[in-house]
Amino acid sequence: MLDGLRSGGEGRRSVAVALASTVVFFVVVGVLVTHSPGWPEVRRTFFDWHEFRSTFPEIASAFKLNIKIFCIAEALILVFALFLAVLRSLPGPVFFPLRALVIIYADLFRGLPTILVIAVLGFGAPALGLSYVPTSTTFWGIVALVLIYSAYVSEVYRAGIESIHPSQEAAARSLGLSRWQTMRRVILPQAVRRVIPPLLNDFIGLQKDTALVGTLGAIEAFNQSQIDANATFNYTSYLAAAVLFVAITIPLARFTDWLIARDRRRRQAAGVA
Amino acid sequence: MSALSVVGLRKSFGRHEVLRGVDLEVGEHEVVCLIGASGSGKSTLLRCVNLLEPIDAGSILLGGEVVSRSRDVNSVRRRIGIVFQSYNLFPHMSVLRNVTLAPRDVLRLSRRDAEERAVALLERFGLADKRDEYPDRLSGGQQQRVAIVRALAMQPELMLFDEVTSALDPELVAEVLSVIRELASAGMTMVLATHEMSFARDIANRVCFLDEGRILEQGPPEQIFTAPREERTQRFLQRIIEARRL
Repeated sequence: MLDGLRSGGEGRRSVAVALASTVVFFVVVGVLVTHSPGWPEVRRTFFDWHEFRSTFPEIASAFKLNIKIFCIAEALILVFALFLAVLRSLPGPVFFPLRALVIIYADLFRGLPTILVIAVLGFGAPALGLSYVPTSTTFWGIVALVLIYSAYVSEVYRAGIESIHPSQEAAARSLGLSRWQTMRRVILPQAVRRVIPPLLNDFIGLQKDTALVGTLGAIEAFNQSQIDANATFNYTSYLAAAVLFVAITIPLARFTDWLIARDRRRRQAAGVA
Repeated sequence: MSALSVVGLRKSFGRHEVLRGVDLEVGEHEVVCLIGASGSGKSTLLRCVNLLEPIDAGSILLGGEVVSRSRDVNSVRRRIGIVFQSYNLFPHMSVLRNVTLAPRDVLRLSRRDAEERAVALLERFGLADKRDEYPDRLSGGQQQRVAIVRALAMQPELMLFDEVTSALDPELVAEVLSVIRELASAGMTMVLATHEMSFARDIANRVCFLDEGRILEQGPPEQIFTAPREERTQRFLQRIIEARRL
Protein backbone atom coordinates (compact mmCIF):
# COMPACT_ATOMS: atom_id res chain seq x y z
CA MET A 1 0.00 0.00 0.00
CA LEU A 2 2.94 2.26 0.70
CA ASP A 3 3.99 2.05 -2.94
CA GLY A 4 1.14 4.44 -3.71
CA LEU A 5 2.79 6.98 -1.44
CA ARG A 6 6.37 6.46 -2.44
CA SER A 7 5.73 6.81 -6.14
CA GLY A 8 3.85 10.07 -5.39
CA GLY A 9 6.82 12.14 -4.37
CA GLU A 10 10.08 12.47 -2.53
CA GLY A 11 10.55 10.68 0.75
CA ARG A 12 9.38 11.69 4.18
CA ARG A 13 7.81 15.02 3.25
CA SER A 14 5.32 13.49 0.80
CA VAL A 15 4.46 10.74 3.28
CA ALA A 16 3.64 13.41 5.88
CA VAL A 17 1.52 15.39 3.41
CA ALA A 18 -0.36 12.24 2.36
CA LEU A 19 -0.96 11.28 5.99
CA ALA A 20 -2.21 14.74 6.96
CA SER A 21 -4.57 15.06 4.00
CA THR A 22 -5.98 11.59 4.67
CA VAL A 23 -6.65 12.41 8.32
CA VAL A 24 -8.29 15.73 7.42
CA PHE A 25 -10.45 14.05 4.80
CA PHE A 26 -11.78 11.38 7.15
CA VAL A 27 -12.35 13.83 10.00
CA VAL A 28 -14.41 16.08 7.70
CA VAL A 29 -16.44 13.13 6.37
CA GLY A 30 -16.90 11.78 9.91
CA VAL A 31 -18.11 15.12 11.26
CA LEU A 32 -20.51 15.56 8.32
CA VAL A 33 -22.00 12.08 8.79
CA THR A 34 -22.31 12.14 12.58
CA HIS A 35 -23.87 15.62 12.54
CA SER A 36 -26.46 14.80 9.90
CA PRO A 37 -30.08 14.96 11.10
CA GLY A 38 -30.69 11.22 10.55
CA TRP A 39 -27.48 10.01 12.19
CA PRO A 40 -28.94 8.75 15.52
CA GLU A 41 -31.42 6.63 13.58
CA VAL A 42 -28.77 5.31 11.16
CA ARG A 43 -26.45 4.49 14.03
CA ARG A 44 -29.19 2.52 15.75
CA THR A 45 -30.18 0.49 12.66
CA PHE A 46 -26.78 -0.03 10.99
CA PHE A 47 -24.17 0.14 13.75
CA ASP A 48 -25.69 -1.74 16.66
CA TRP A 49 -22.86 -3.54 18.43
CA HIS A 50 -25.17 -5.87 20.30
CA GLU A 51 -26.92 -6.82 17.05
CA PHE A 52 -23.55 -7.31 15.34
CA ARG A 53 -22.41 -9.77 17.98
CA SER A 54 -25.60 -11.76 17.95
CA THR A 55 -25.84 -12.15 14.15
CA PHE A 56 -22.15 -12.47 13.27
CA PRO A 57 -21.67 -16.20 14.10
CA GLU A 58 -24.65 -17.24 11.98
CA ILE A 59 -23.52 -15.11 9.04
CA ALA A 60 -19.96 -16.32 9.36
CA SER A 61 -21.23 -19.86 9.21
CA ALA A 62 -23.27 -19.01 6.09
CA PHE A 63 -20.16 -17.36 4.62
CA LYS A 64 -18.60 -20.82 4.41
CA LEU A 65 -20.98 -21.42 1.50
CA ASN A 66 -19.59 -18.32 -0.27
CA ILE A 67 -16.10 -19.67 0.13
CA LYS A 68 -17.16 -23.09 -1.12
CA ILE A 69 -18.87 -21.58 -4.19
CA PHE A 70 -15.81 -19.41 -4.80
CA CYS A 71 -13.34 -22.30 -4.60
CA ILE A 72 -15.31 -24.70 -6.79
CA ALA A 73 -16.12 -22.00 -9.37
CA GLU A 74 -12.53 -20.73 -9.46
CA ALA A 75 -11.09 -24.19 -10.11
CA LEU A 76 -13.57 -24.82 -12.92
CA ILE A 77 -13.07 -21.36 -14.43
CA LEU A 78 -9.27 -21.70 -14.51
CA VAL A 79 -9.54 -24.92 -16.54
CA PHE A 80 -12.53 -24.07 -18.75
CA ALA A 81 -11.26 -20.58 -19.63
CA LEU A 82 -7.84 -21.95 -20.55
CA PHE A 83 -9.52 -24.48 -22.82
CA LEU A 84 -11.48 -21.65 -24.50
CA ALA A 85 -8.36 -19.52 -24.92
CA VAL A 86 -6.45 -22.39 -26.54
CA LEU A 87 -9.37 -23.04 -28.91
CA ARG A 88 -9.37 -19.39 -29.88
CA SER A 89 -5.66 -19.41 -30.65
CA LEU A 90 -5.93 -22.30 -33.14
CA PRO A 91 -4.69 -21.01 -36.49
CA GLY A 92 -5.93 -21.53 -40.03
CA PRO A 93 -9.30 -21.52 -41.79
CA VAL A 94 -10.18 -25.09 -40.69
CA PHE A 95 -10.68 -23.96 -37.11
CA PHE A 96 -12.71 -20.88 -38.00
CA PRO A 97 -16.02 -22.34 -36.70
CA LEU A 98 -14.45 -23.14 -33.33
CA ARG A 99 -12.88 -19.69 -33.06
CA ALA A 100 -16.17 -18.06 -34.03
CA LEU A 101 -18.05 -20.05 -31.37
CA VAL A 102 -15.61 -18.99 -28.67
CA ILE A 103 -15.88 -15.34 -29.74
CA ILE A 104 -19.69 -15.47 -29.69
CA TYR A 105 -19.58 -17.14 -26.28
CA ALA A 106 -17.18 -14.55 -24.84
CA ASP A 107 -19.17 -11.62 -26.26
CA LEU A 108 -22.48 -13.00 -25.02
CA PHE A 109 -21.49 -13.83 -21.47
CA ARG A 110 -19.50 -10.65 -20.99
CA GLY A 111 -22.54 -8.72 -22.18
CA LEU A 112 -25.13 -10.29 -19.87
CA PRO A 113 -25.66 -9.07 -16.29
CA THR A 114 -24.45 -11.75 -13.87
CA ILE A 115 -27.63 -11.68 -11.82
CA LEU A 116 -29.69 -12.32 -14.97
CA VAL A 117 -27.73 -15.46 -15.91
CA ILE A 118 -27.94 -16.69 -12.33
CA ALA A 119 -31.72 -16.16 -12.26
CA VAL A 120 -32.35 -17.78 -15.65
CA LEU A 121 -30.25 -20.86 -14.87
CA GLY A 122 -31.15 -21.12 -11.19
CA PHE A 123 -34.90 -20.88 -11.69
CA GLY A 124 -35.11 -22.21 -15.24
CA ALA A 125 -32.95 -25.33 -15.25
CA PRO A 126 -34.55 -27.06 -12.22
CA ALA A 127 -37.99 -26.13 -13.55
CA LEU A 128 -37.39 -28.40 -16.55
CA GLY A 129 -38.20 -31.25 -14.19
CA LEU A 130 -35.64 -33.58 -15.75
CA SER A 131 -34.61 -36.29 -13.28
CA TYR A 132 -30.93 -36.18 -14.25
CA VAL A 133 -30.65 -32.38 -13.94
CA PRO A 134 -29.63 -31.32 -10.41
CA THR A 135 -32.12 -29.02 -8.68
CA SER A 136 -29.67 -27.56 -6.17
CA THR A 137 -29.65 -23.77 -6.45
CA THR A 138 -26.02 -23.72 -5.36
CA PHE A 139 -25.15 -26.01 -8.27
CA TRP A 140 -26.83 -23.73 -10.81
CA GLY A 141 -25.38 -20.65 -9.17
CA ILE A 142 -21.91 -22.11 -9.64
CA VAL A 143 -22.68 -23.02 -13.26
CA ALA A 144 -23.77 -19.44 -13.95
CA LEU A 145 -20.66 -17.96 -12.32
CA VAL A 146 -18.42 -20.34 -14.27
CA LEU A 147 -20.10 -19.38 -17.56
CA ILE A 148 -19.80 -15.64 -16.89
CA TYR A 149 -16.30 -15.56 -15.46
CA SER A 150 -14.83 -18.01 -17.99
CA ALA A 151 -15.73 -15.50 -20.69
CA TYR A 152 -13.61 -12.85 -18.94
CA VAL A 153 -10.80 -15.12 -17.88
CA SER A 154 -10.43 -16.69 -21.34
CA GLU A 155 -9.77 -13.18 -22.67
CA VAL A 156 -7.10 -12.68 -20.02
CA TYR A 157 -5.45 -15.96 -20.99
CA ARG A 158 -5.66 -15.02 -24.67
CA ALA A 159 -3.91 -11.73 -24.04
CA GLY A 160 -1.17 -13.71 -22.28
CA ILE A 161 -0.82 -16.18 -25.15
CA GLU A 162 -0.63 -13.37 -27.70
CA SER A 163 2.02 -11.56 -25.66
CA ILE A 164 4.51 -14.40 -26.21
CA HIS A 165 6.79 -13.51 -29.11
CA PRO A 166 6.30 -15.65 -32.27
CA SER A 167 10.02 -16.46 -32.22
CA GLN A 168 9.35 -18.70 -29.20
CA GLU A 169 6.93 -20.73 -31.26
CA ALA A 170 9.35 -20.84 -34.19
CA ALA A 171 12.12 -22.11 -31.91
CA ALA A 172 9.91 -24.85 -30.48
CA ARG A 173 8.48 -25.94 -33.82
CA SER A 174 11.96 -25.96 -35.40
CA LEU A 175 12.99 -28.59 -32.85
CA GLY A 176 10.18 -30.84 -34.08
CA LEU A 177 7.69 -30.15 -31.31
CA SER A 178 4.08 -30.42 -32.43
CA ARG A 179 1.71 -27.47 -32.21
CA TRP A 180 0.16 -28.90 -29.04
CA GLN A 181 3.55 -29.68 -27.43
CA THR A 182 4.65 -26.12 -28.23
CA MET A 183 1.52 -24.72 -26.61
CA ARG A 184 1.82 -26.88 -23.51
CA ARG A 185 5.57 -26.69 -22.91
CA VAL A 186 6.58 -23.28 -24.25
CA ILE A 187 3.68 -20.86 -24.78
CA LEU A 188 1.27 -21.56 -21.91
CA PRO A 189 3.81 -21.69 -19.04
CA GLN A 190 5.08 -18.25 -20.04
CA ALA A 191 1.62 -16.85 -20.81
CA VAL A 192 0.03 -17.98 -17.54
CA ARG A 193 2.86 -16.52 -15.48
CA ARG A 194 2.33 -13.17 -17.16
CA VAL A 195 -1.42 -13.02 -16.50
CA ILE A 196 -1.50 -14.05 -12.84
CA PRO A 197 -2.15 -10.47 -11.58
CA PRO A 198 -5.11 -9.81 -13.92
CA LEU A 199 -6.45 -13.30 -13.12
CA LEU A 200 -6.42 -12.46 -9.42
CA ASN A 201 -8.30 -9.25 -10.20
CA ASP A 202 -11.07 -11.26 -11.81
CA PHE A 203 -11.20 -13.54 -8.78
CA ILE A 204 -11.75 -10.61 -6.45
CA GLY A 205 -14.85 -9.92 -8.56
CA LEU A 206 -15.87 -13.56 -8.39
CA GLN A 207 -15.61 -13.65 -4.61
CA LYS A 208 -18.02 -10.71 -4.36
CA ASP A 209 -20.42 -12.15 -6.90
CA THR A 210 -20.89 -15.34 -4.88
CA ALA A 211 -23.42 -13.24 -2.94
CA LEU A 212 -25.65 -13.21 -6.04
CA VAL A 213 -26.22 -16.95 -5.63
CA GLY A 214 -28.19 -15.98 -2.50
CA THR A 215 -30.90 -14.52 -4.76
CA LEU A 216 -31.78 -18.12 -5.68
CA GLY A 217 -32.46 -18.96 -2.06
CA ALA A 218 -29.15 -20.51 -1.04
CA ILE A 219 -28.34 -19.46 2.52
CA GLU A 220 -25.02 -17.74 1.98
CA ALA A 221 -23.72 -14.76 3.95
CA PHE A 222 -25.72 -12.03 2.21
CA ASN A 223 -28.95 -14.01 2.25
CA GLN A 224 -28.46 -14.87 5.92
CA SER A 225 -27.87 -11.20 6.77
CA GLN A 226 -31.09 -10.32 4.93
CA ILE A 227 -33.00 -12.92 6.91
CA ASP A 228 -31.58 -11.47 10.13
CA ALA A 229 -32.41 -7.91 9.05
CA ASN A 230 -35.98 -8.90 8.22
CA ALA A 231 -36.41 -10.59 11.58
CA THR A 232 -35.08 -7.75 13.75
CA PHE A 233 -35.68 -4.63 11.59
CA ASN A 234 -32.01 -3.88 12.19
CA TYR A 235 -29.50 -3.75 9.33
CA THR A 236 -26.33 -4.28 11.31
CA SER A 237 -26.27 -7.83 9.96
CA TYR A 238 -25.35 -6.36 6.54
CA LEU A 239 -22.32 -4.82 8.17
CA ALA A 240 -21.36 -8.24 9.52
CA ALA A 241 -21.59 -9.73 6.01
CA ALA A 242 -19.60 -6.81 4.58
CA VAL A 243 -16.81 -7.36 7.12
CA LEU A 244 -16.54 -11.01 6.07
CA PHE A 245 -16.34 -10.22 2.34
CA VAL A 246 -13.80 -7.47 2.84
CA ALA A 247 -11.69 -9.73 5.05
CA ILE A 248 -11.12 -11.92 1.99
CA THR A 249 -11.14 -9.46 -0.91
CA ILE A 250 -8.88 -6.74 0.49
CA PRO A 251 -5.93 -9.05 1.25
CA LEU A 252 -6.44 -10.55 -2.23
CA ALA A 253 -6.37 -7.07 -3.78
CA ARG A 254 -3.21 -6.11 -1.84
CA PHE A 255 -1.54 -9.37 -2.85
CA THR A 256 -2.41 -8.68 -6.52
CA ASP A 257 -0.96 -5.18 -6.38
CA TRP A 258 2.16 -6.53 -4.72
CA LEU A 259 2.58 -9.09 -7.52
CA ILE A 260 2.12 -6.41 -10.20
CA ALA A 261 4.67 -4.14 -8.51
CA ARG A 262 7.12 -7.03 -8.17
CA ASP A 263 6.71 -7.90 -11.86
CA ARG A 264 7.32 -4.29 -12.84
CA ARG A 265 10.47 -4.12 -10.72
CA ARG A 266 11.75 -7.34 -12.28
CA ARG A 267 11.11 -6.13 -15.80
CA GLN A 268 12.88 -2.85 -15.07
CA ALA A 269 15.81 -4.72 -13.54
CA ALA A 270 16.00 -6.95 -16.61
CA GLY A 271 15.80 -3.91 -18.90
CA VAL A 272 18.69 -2.17 -17.15
CA ALA A 273 20.96 -5.24 -17.08
CA MET B 1 23.59 -37.81 -53.26
CA SER B 2 23.12 -34.34 -51.84
CA ALA B 3 22.30 -33.86 -48.19
CA LEU B 4 20.06 -30.99 -49.22
CA SER B 5 18.66 -29.97 -52.60
CA VAL B 6 16.60 -26.87 -53.19
CA VAL B 7 14.99 -26.73 -56.64
CA GLY B 8 13.26 -23.68 -58.13
CA LEU B 9 12.18 -22.38 -54.74
CA ARG B 10 9.79 -19.43 -54.79
CA LYS B 11 8.34 -17.59 -51.82
CA SER B 12 6.30 -14.39 -51.57
CA PHE B 13 5.09 -12.38 -48.62
CA GLY B 14 1.96 -10.72 -49.94
CA ARG B 15 2.92 -9.07 -53.23
CA HIS B 16 6.60 -9.03 -52.42
CA GLU B 17 8.45 -11.97 -53.94
CA VAL B 18 11.41 -12.69 -51.66
CA LEU B 19 12.72 -15.84 -53.32
CA ARG B 20 12.49 -15.98 -57.12
CA GLY B 21 13.62 -19.45 -58.03
CA VAL B 22 16.49 -20.58 -55.84
CA ASP B 23 18.50 -23.70 -56.74
CA LEU B 24 21.00 -25.00 -54.21
CA GLU B 25 22.81 -28.28 -53.68
CA VAL B 26 24.57 -29.06 -50.42
CA GLY B 27 26.69 -32.21 -50.25
CA GLU B 28 27.24 -34.25 -47.13
CA HIS B 29 29.82 -32.67 -44.77
CA GLU B 30 29.77 -29.55 -46.88
CA VAL B 31 29.69 -26.06 -45.36
CA VAL B 32 27.84 -23.51 -47.49
CA CYS B 33 27.74 -19.82 -46.63
CA LEU B 34 24.99 -17.55 -47.92
CA ILE B 35 26.03 -13.92 -48.28
CA GLY B 36 24.15 -10.93 -49.58
CA ALA B 37 22.56 -7.67 -48.54
CA SER B 38 19.78 -7.50 -45.96
CA GLY B 39 16.52 -8.44 -47.64
CA SER B 40 18.21 -10.57 -50.29
CA GLY B 41 16.35 -13.64 -48.97
CA LYS B 42 19.00 -15.47 -46.91
CA SER B 43 16.88 -15.85 -43.78
CA THR B 44 13.75 -16.69 -45.73
CA LEU B 45 15.63 -19.41 -47.59
CA LEU B 46 16.73 -21.02 -44.30
CA ARG B 47 13.25 -20.75 -42.82
CA CYS B 48 11.77 -22.37 -45.92
CA VAL B 49 14.26 -25.25 -45.76
CA ASN B 50 13.15 -25.89 -42.17
CA LEU B 51 9.50 -25.73 -43.32
CA LEU B 52 8.88 -22.82 -40.95
CA GLU B 53 7.55 -20.91 -43.96
CA PRO B 54 5.22 -22.55 -46.48
CA ILE B 55 6.72 -22.30 -49.99
CA ASP B 56 4.88 -21.17 -53.11
CA ALA B 57 6.71 -23.19 -55.74
CA GLY B 58 9.67 -25.53 -56.17
CA SER B 59 10.77 -28.35 -53.90
CA ILE B 60 13.13 -29.18 -51.06
CA LEU B 61 14.84 -32.56 -50.82
CA LEU B 62 16.55 -33.95 -47.76
CA GLY B 63 18.89 -36.86 -48.49
CA GLY B 64 17.16 -37.32 -51.86
CA GLU B 65 13.67 -37.42 -50.36
CA VAL B 66 11.17 -34.67 -51.18
CA VAL B 67 10.15 -33.11 -47.87
CA SER B 68 8.56 -29.84 -48.99
CA ARG B 69 5.20 -31.53 -49.54
CA SER B 70 5.50 -33.70 -46.44
CA ARG B 71 2.41 -33.79 -44.28
CA ASP B 72 4.46 -34.64 -41.22
CA VAL B 73 6.49 -31.44 -40.85
CA ASN B 74 7.55 -32.37 -37.31
CA SER B 75 9.46 -35.45 -38.45
CA VAL B 76 11.23 -33.36 -41.13
CA ARG B 77 12.17 -30.61 -38.67
CA ARG B 78 13.70 -33.03 -36.20
CA ARG B 79 16.25 -33.92 -38.93
CA ILE B 80 17.25 -30.26 -39.37
CA GLY B 81 18.65 -28.01 -36.66
CA ILE B 82 18.28 -24.25 -36.94
CA VAL B 83 19.85 -21.50 -34.85
CA PHE B 84 18.34 -18.01 -34.95
CA GLN B 85 19.82 -14.55 -34.73
CA SER B 86 17.97 -13.82 -31.46
CA TYR B 87 18.84 -17.14 -29.70
CA ASN B 88 15.17 -17.79 -28.80
CA LEU B 89 15.94 -19.88 -25.73
CA PHE B 90 12.93 -20.75 -23.57
CA PRO B 91 13.23 -18.23 -20.71
CA HIS B 92 11.18 -20.26 -18.22
CA MET B 93 13.46 -23.28 -18.44
CA SER B 94 16.97 -23.97 -17.18
CA VAL B 95 19.74 -24.54 -19.70
CA LEU B 96 19.51 -28.29 -19.17
CA ARG B 97 15.72 -28.29 -19.67
CA ASN B 98 16.07 -26.16 -22.82
CA VAL B 99 18.37 -28.80 -24.25
CA THR B 100 16.45 -31.90 -23.10
CA LEU B 101 12.93 -30.71 -23.97
CA ALA B 102 12.84 -31.82 -27.61
CA PRO B 103 14.83 -35.07 -27.16
CA ARG B 104 12.39 -36.11 -24.44
CA ASP B 105 9.13 -34.91 -25.98
CA VAL B 106 9.89 -35.54 -29.65
CA LEU B 107 12.42 -38.39 -29.67
CA ARG B 108 10.85 -39.93 -26.54
CA LEU B 109 14.23 -40.39 -24.85
CA SER B 110 14.13 -41.19 -21.15
CA ARG B 111 15.02 -38.32 -18.85
CA ARG B 112 18.33 -39.99 -18.02
CA ASP B 113 19.34 -40.56 -21.63
CA ALA B 114 18.33 -37.05 -22.65
CA GLU B 115 20.27 -35.48 -19.79
CA GLU B 116 23.31 -37.62 -20.51
CA ARG B 117 23.25 -36.46 -24.11
CA ALA B 118 22.72 -32.82 -23.07
CA VAL B 119 25.50 -32.82 -20.47
CA ALA B 120 27.96 -34.33 -22.96
CA LEU B 121 27.19 -31.55 -25.45
CA LEU B 122 27.32 -28.82 -22.81
CA GLU B 123 30.72 -30.11 -21.70
CA ARG B 124 31.99 -30.22 -25.25
CA PHE B 125 31.16 -26.54 -25.73
CA GLY B 126 32.31 -25.32 -22.32
CA LEU B 127 28.86 -24.81 -20.82
CA ALA B 128 28.80 -27.62 -18.26
CA ASP B 129 28.74 -25.21 -15.30
CA LYS B 130 25.73 -23.38 -16.74
CA ARG B 131 23.37 -26.37 -16.85
CA ASP B 132 21.14 -25.14 -14.03
CA GLU B 133 21.18 -21.44 -14.95
CA TYR B 134 18.24 -19.68 -16.57
CA PRO B 135 18.80 -17.93 -19.92
CA ASP B 136 18.52 -14.39 -18.51
CA ARG B 137 21.57 -15.08 -16.34
CA LEU B 138 23.75 -15.84 -19.37
CA SER B 139 25.64 -13.56 -21.73
CA GLY B 140 24.50 -13.35 -25.35
CA GLY B 141 27.38 -15.52 -26.45
CA GLN B 142 26.56 -18.17 -23.86
CA GLN B 143 22.88 -18.08 -24.81
CA GLN B 144 23.70 -18.56 -28.47
CA ARG B 145 26.00 -21.48 -27.67
CA VAL B 146 23.19 -23.07 -25.64
CA ALA B 147 20.87 -22.55 -28.63
CA ILE B 148 23.39 -24.40 -30.82
CA VAL B 149 23.63 -27.21 -28.26
CA ARG B 150 19.82 -27.37 -28.07
CA ALA B 151 19.65 -27.92 -31.83
CA LEU B 152 22.52 -30.45 -31.77
CA ALA B 153 20.82 -32.52 -29.06
CA MET B 154 18.36 -33.68 -31.72
CA GLN B 155 21.33 -35.11 -33.67
CA PRO B 156 20.28 -33.41 -36.92
CA GLU B 157 21.70 -34.38 -40.31
CA LEU B 158 21.84 -30.72 -41.32
CA MET B 159 22.39 -27.50 -39.35
CA LEU B 160 21.14 -24.08 -40.45
CA PHE B 161 22.58 -20.88 -38.97
CA ASP B 162 20.65 -17.65 -39.50
CA GLU B 163 23.05 -14.75 -38.86
CA VAL B 164 23.78 -16.17 -35.43
CA THR B 165 26.34 -13.52 -34.48
CA SER B 166 24.46 -10.42 -35.67
CA ALA B 167 22.80 -9.73 -32.30
CA LEU B 168 26.00 -10.22 -30.30
CA ASP B 169 28.36 -7.66 -28.84
CA PRO B 170 31.60 -7.77 -30.87
CA GLU B 171 33.66 -9.34 -28.08
CA LEU B 172 31.22 -12.27 -27.87
CA VAL B 173 31.26 -13.17 -31.56
CA ALA B 174 34.43 -15.26 -31.43
CA GLU B 175 33.16 -17.81 -28.89
CA VAL B 176 30.13 -18.57 -31.06
CA LEU B 177 32.14 -18.77 -34.27
CA SER B 178 34.59 -21.17 -32.66
CA VAL B 179 31.70 -23.51 -31.84
CA ILE B 180 30.61 -23.46 -35.48
CA ARG B 181 34.19 -23.99 -36.57
CA GLU B 182 34.43 -27.06 -34.39
CA LEU B 183 31.21 -28.44 -35.84
CA ALA B 184 32.58 -27.94 -39.35
CA SER B 185 35.75 -29.82 -38.53
CA ALA B 186 33.64 -32.62 -37.03
CA GLY B 187 32.01 -32.98 -40.46
CA MET B 188 28.57 -31.44 -39.80
CA THR B 189 26.68 -30.46 -42.94
CA MET B 190 25.86 -26.79 -42.55
CA VAL B 191 24.26 -23.84 -44.31
CA LEU B 192 25.04 -20.43 -42.80
CA ALA B 193 23.59 -17.05 -43.58
CA THR B 194 26.27 -14.62 -42.41
CA HIS B 195 27.65 -11.11 -42.53
CA GLU B 196 31.03 -12.27 -41.18
CA MET B 197 32.93 -12.34 -44.47
CA SER B 198 36.30 -13.38 -43.09
CA PHE B 199 34.65 -16.19 -41.19
CA ALA B 200 32.79 -17.31 -44.33
CA ARG B 201 36.05 -17.24 -46.23
CA ASP B 202 37.66 -19.31 -43.54
CA ILE B 203 35.05 -21.97 -42.98
CA ALA B 204 33.01 -22.34 -46.17
CA ASN B 205 33.56 -24.96 -48.85
CA ARG B 206 31.33 -22.86 -51.02
CA VAL B 207 29.94 -19.34 -50.89
CA CYS B 208 26.64 -18.33 -52.50
CA PHE B 209 25.84 -14.69 -53.20
CA LEU B 210 22.12 -14.02 -52.96
CA ASP B 211 20.75 -11.04 -54.80
CA GLU B 212 17.08 -10.11 -55.15
CA GLY B 213 15.86 -13.60 -54.33
CA ARG B 214 18.22 -15.55 -56.56
CA ILE B 215 21.64 -17.13 -56.16
CA LEU B 216 23.49 -14.84 -58.51
CA GLU B 217 26.90 -16.39 -58.13
CA GLN B 218 28.47 -19.25 -56.24
CA GLY B 219 31.86 -20.87 -55.94
CA PRO B 220 34.77 -21.59 -53.62
CA PRO B 221 35.43 -18.72 -51.20
CA GLU B 222 38.76 -17.70 -52.78
CA GLN B 223 37.06 -17.16 -56.10
CA ILE B 224 34.00 -15.29 -54.74
CA PHE B 225 36.01 -13.04 -52.47
CA THR B 226 38.99 -12.34 -54.73
CA ALA B 227 37.63 -12.68 -58.25
CA PRO B 228 33.84 -12.39 -58.34
CA ARG B 229 32.46 -12.65 -61.87
CA GLU B 230 29.26 -10.69 -61.41
CA GLU B 231 29.32 -6.94 -61.14
CA ARG B 232 26.70 -6.93 -58.36
CA THR B 233 28.81 -9.32 -56.28
CA GLN B 234 31.81 -7.01 -56.74
CA ARG B 235 29.77 -4.01 -55.64
CA PHE B 236 28.40 -5.83 -52.57
CA LEU B 237 31.89 -6.89 -51.47
CA GLN B 238 33.22 -3.42 -52.16
CA ARG B 239 30.59 -1.94 -49.85
CA ILE B 240 31.50 -4.43 -47.12
CA ILE B 241 35.19 -3.55 -47.40
CA GLU B 242 34.45 0.17 -47.26
CA ALA B 243 32.26 -0.31 -44.19
CA ARG B 244 35.13 -2.13 -42.49
CA ARG B 245 37.51 0.75 -43.08
CA LEU B 246 35.21 3.30 -41.45
